[in-house]
Amino acid sequence: MTVLPFLAAGWIFLAGVYGMVTSRNLVHAVGCLAVAQSSTYVLLLGVGYRRGATAPVFSDIPVNTPVVDPVVQALVLTDVVVGATVTALLLSLVIQIRKRTGTVNPEELTELKG
Amino acid sequence: MSRRVRVLLFLSAAVVFAVAFTAACTGLPHFGTQSHPYGDRAVHAALQHRTANVISAVNFDQRALDTLGEESILFGAVLGAVALLRRARDENRGAPEPGRVLPSTLLLGAGLLPVTVLVGVYIVAHGQLSPGGGFQGGVVLATGLHLAYVAADYRVLRRVRPLAVFSALDAVGAGAFTALGLAGLIAGAAYLQNVLPLGTFGRLSSAGLVPLVNAAVGVEVASGVIVLIAQFLDQAVEIAPPDDNSPPQEAGT
Repeated sequence: MTVLPFLAAGWIFLAGVYGMVTSRNLVHAVGCLAVAQSSTYVLLLGVGYRRGATAPVFSDIPVNTPVVDPVVQALVLTDVVVGATVTALLLSLVIQIRKRTGTVNPEELTELKG
Repeated sequence: MSRRVRVLLFLSAAVVFAVAFTAACTGLPHFGTQSHPYGDRAVHAALQHRTANVISAVNFDQRALDTLGEESILFGAVLGAVALLRRARDENRGAPEPGRVLPSTLLLGAGLLPVTVLVGVYIVAHGQLSPGGGFQGGVVLATGLHLAYVAADYRVLRRVRPLAVFSALDAVGAGAFTALGLAGLIAGAAYLQNVLPLGTFGRLSSAGLVPLVNAAVGVEVASGVIVLIAQFLDQAVEIAPPDDNSPPQEAGT
């Protein structure tokens, strides 16, 4: 099964979205968004994997050693950092929602307030 | 939309997604394939610029402009969180109560704090040589500082973490990245192009602009995460919730 790692990424994504759809708590919803986002890491690292290769750092290996794809690893790296800060931003929104409306259940947040 | 309808809608969308995604995956190059045209070119370009860590070369040299954008997202997210979590007029600031700390925890924290900060600086400084760099080292630095909170208490943390300084450093880091790009323009090349002397492969001074950009990102990530955690700790430790009996007030009243 050479597509199994890619399918695993799709499964993680769907699990995250399912969690967001059925969530009864905004903190839980933000966590599920992080799960859905982490599926992209699995997909990217799966795409960049090369059999029998090592990490793309040449400080202690000869320069012609086969290495895994560094481009996708660089994408994942920045994705992780930006994802973490955006999660923090969303969680601070949740704190404000809790303060202003007294609830974190998205189903109770039905009316718009001016 | 009722809960049932929402789940049904999700399930039907999920089936469509699953079918399309599986079909797309069968069209991808096989898992573990030897053919990585972009990867091979990135490795070649990194070695030409004498950067041992190819990931750092991709992030801070080959696509440095993209990283500048991502770093700006980071800066914006921190700024947004600070704006959202600042103390409102109807909230009271309470004095945090010190809790009891086991002597062994205190000893371990006091011993590990300088070691962790040193490791963080090491990871940032060796970003062009070994796995690591500004992003990872910055997070290690920021979280390492919070050993002061775990091992002692909030007031000790506030003393080792002058928040105004770190807020300024966050902006300085973001600005330094932008300013370093001008080196390319001054040398008559493109913005953020690696034009500094490349040094010897495998040395701390190798890779030209990469270690400097790495340091700028390290400063920004470290101070950004410190400021972020400070906002959340403020909410948990210092700010007393508004009186629950009174109706929730509108923002800005």
